[in-house]
Amino acid sequence: MTTSATTAGTPRNGLFIEVAGQRLVHFISGLLIPTLAIVLFLGLWGLGARNVQTSLGQLPGPVKVWGQVIALYQEHQAERQKEAAFYQRQAERNTAQVQGRKYTGKPTFADQILTSLITVATGFILASLIAIPLGILCGMSATLYQAMNPLIQVFKPVSPLAWLPLVTLVVSALYTSDNPAIPKSFLNSAITVTLCCLWPTIINTTVGVAGVSKDLINVSRVLRLGWLTRVVRIVLPSAIPLMFTGLRLSLGIGWMVLIAAEMLAQNPGLGKFVWDEFQNGSSDSLARIMVAVLVIGFIGFLLDQAMLVFQRRVSWDKGAVLR
Amino acid sequence: MNTYLSIDHVGISFPTTKGPLKVLDAVNLRVEKGEFISLIGHSGCGKSTVLNIVAGLLQATEGGILLENREVNEPGPDRAVVFQNHSLLPWLTVYGNVRLAVDQVFKRTKSKQERHDWTLHNLELVQMGHALERKPDEISGGMKQRVGIARALAMEPKVLLMDEPFGALDSLTRTHMQDSLMEIQTRLNNTVLLITHDVDEAVLLSDRIVMMTNGPSATVGNILRVDLPRPRDRLALAENPTYNHYRAEVVKFLHERHRNSSGSRETPAESQPRLKRVG
Repeated sequence: MTTSATTAGTPRNGLFIEVAGQRLVHFISGLLIPTLAIVLFLGLWGLGARNVQTSLGQLPGPVKVWGQVIALYQEHQAERQKEAAFYQRQAERNTAQVQGRKYTGKPTFADQILTSLITVATGFILASLIAIPLGILCGMSATLYQAMNPLIQVFKPVSPLAWLPLVTLVVSALYTSDNPAIPKSFLNSAITVTLCCLWPTIINTTVGVAGVSKDLINVSRVLRLGWLTRVVRIVLPSAIPLMFTGLRLSLGIGWMVLIAAEMLAQNPGLGKFVWDEFQNGSSDSLARIMVAVLVIGFIGFLLDQAMLVFQRRVSWDKGAVLR
Repeated sequence: MNTYLSIDHVGISFPTTKGPLKVLDAVNLRVEKGEFISLIGHSGCGKSTVLNIVAGLLQATEGGILLENREVNEPGPDRAVVFQNHSLLPWLTVYGNVRLAVDQVFKRTKSKQERHDWTLHNLELVQMGHALERKPDEISGGMKQRVGIARALAMEPKVLLMDEPFGALDSLTRTHMQDSLMEIQTRLNNTVLLITHDVDEAVLLSDRIVMMTNGPSATVGNILRVDLPRPRDRLALAENPTYNHYRAEVVKFLHERHRNSSGSRETPAESQPRLKRVG
């Protein structure tokens, strides 16, 4: 910050003003400019939306969308109160009965967010459990990589909408239970997420593992490290930065894919919310869908930031600029 | 045959698009136990290739390496290597880097406490006992190379292989490192094979200097025995006529070779050996 230390002739006052000036510049570029951009965006949105007439009425502007944010929150509160009241009634009515009935009210927006997060986490963790070991193997064996590469390249660009019918049929055929503990719609969505977010992790892990410095490999050869020790002590740590790049890309894709998968699979998450509102066609629907769009974007951003924090913790290269 | 380490008619060819390229041809060298040997030659002459073959990292296409009358053809901790670019694992601390080697080599013969002590002992030996918990990124180039040497010494190698260990260091640090190495050598009396392109380094440190001809098909051109009493002091030697004679011998060899290889692709700046006064 104090680059002005070289200007030896300036009095302390001048230095102070200069530092204060730099702070101001930082403040402006760090906070003011993004805020201005958001305000400008909201303004343009408000103005533009007025000129779009849809079959569900005028496209809602920021004010109307904000109104729906509050409405959705109130609905959530009301539903929770109804639920609490239900359980209380049940408790009062049949104290003797051991097995109570579950409340079957409709899921609120918050419930749907939670469902989506659980679904994407399941799919993503499943994908990582497959992709990281596979990536390590592909990185260590050029032969395996040659074998896998065409498959990876072909399956990588397949849309979740293409996977979903297949997944649905396979799950229906294999997962036959009269009273399934895990809903099929959840499985379908999670597996579709898995299928779509495998690839960046495989590819990046492969590249990371294959790119281990030759000198470090020579060190491990001189030390005669065993295969497992070599993987754990040398290969994995040096592949971690790229592996995380892959994981972050995968999670981003997974979240994006999830919404589409939920729409089709009718998994009660954000995707289903958007679909139901679209089918519902009330005058509030468009504003509610826009709330969902913003929430989806914001959660995606938070997921990425969470991965970044995790990466900073795990990475040995503290000097690297991670963004 | 009582030779400790013997490099026996070693040749190596690498396949290229224009057919095989012979890099080394009939390299012969016998090394006694406790001897300090320098290999000197122009860049690209195959010095490092010789070292890599001894290390087992490369396979000779002709001839072979005998260590205590046993053929070696794979890498192992009995021929520890100090790499030019230190090759420390950046995610391990200074201590962790040496400990990894100690754990690997002495996992059956030493207890946990003994391995800990041995790691510390070797780091003290290279004067790095003060920076145990630092990461390689946090220490200077000279310090990294010290840790690299500690790691190699900790393996208790039969032969210590050093591939231009001080080549990347500034000249002041380099002289410090050379002095440290001489000091360690008086204590441990290791058998050392040092690759260098620094004439002063070679004369100062070595019992014998092996001068390599230019490649392709590089081989041993001349071997110079350096009969200077130890311990050697670089300041005293600077005025010593015998020392300067040895120096001149090596420089002469390198220059003549350079003139002879007019087809060399090297730029003059690259192939010029470092001619600097000691002290």
